[in-house]
Amino acid sequence: MITLVFYCLSAILVFAAARVITVRNPVQAALFLVLAFFTSAGIWLLLEAEFLAIALVLVYVGAVMVLFLFVVMMLDINTDSVREGFARYFPVGGLVGVLILMEMILVLSSTFFNKKAENISLDVPLVDNTTALGRVLYVDYLYAFEIAAVILLVAMVAAITLTLRNRKESKRQYPEQQVKVTRAERIKLVDMTSDGN
Amino acid sequence: MLVLSHFLVLGAVLFCISIAGIFLNRKNIIILLMCIELMLLAVNMNFIAFSHFNGDIAGQVFVFFILTVAAAEAAIGLAILVVLFRNKRTINVEDLDSMKG
Repeated sequence: MITLVFYCLSAILVFAAARVITVRNPVQAALFLVLAFFTSAGIWLLLEAEFLAIALVLVYVGAVMVLFLFVVMMLDINTDSVREGFARYFPVGGLVGVLILMEMILVLSSTFFNKKAENISLDVPLVDNTTALGRVLYVDYLYAFEIAAVILLVAMVAAITLTLRNRKESKRQYPEQQVKVTRAERIKLVDMTSDGN
Repeated sequence: MLVLSHFLVLGAVLFCISIAGIFLNRKNIIILLMCIELMLLAVNMNFIAFSHFNGDIAGQVFVFFILTVAAAEAAIGLAILVVLFRNKRTINVEDLDSMKG
């Protein structure tokens, strides 16, 4: 039963990946990539990596692919000119891909990798995947975890800095001029005679 | 019965599809970025398969870090792409030769 689920998910995954690289419209390619991420999250569930499967859906489908879709739809791309070399590069690309695939399958289908999972699940302590991952992540890999946080911060600052631009028609405040203002620039005292009566 | 090589072959198939995609779509930067994401997915598949079949959770920690770095890479790459399109009005790789590369 699990084998059947695995083969179904793998078929969908390979189909979606193949459509990502062959489809004409980049929006459709992004949507097929979303399908590929969903099915691989399903395969990761088969491998009992529940936290990472959910994180894949949340981070990739929820954030990265939405960013991709935003950018693809914002840019006005001429798909014909971008695609003109497709038929010319198809033989060499397909040949290289199939060659590497054959070599990898020859290596990976040896008996060395015919490892079954059942002998290891007995001595694993009875905690769920998220707890086990959190214990390792926050104890053994704490330093790397903090570096990953800094990488995300740097990426955010870099992305904002790259795309920030000063448009002429936009109004903005200049705090350095605002704090340097003096009383004389704002208030003008006028002497007037009081002739009320 | 599923063994380790099933998942490794699946990762290899994904990786080869994305390599062929880089050959086929060499004009379109957006598809190239998507192919890189697919490659990282294939690598993550191998990490999780080894982690499951060896009973060692450190592989999943590495997948976590790869996801982090991939998200950062996608954000910066797309920001560069937006700036590039704003300046040159194209994303065709053939036209990006102002540095004489």
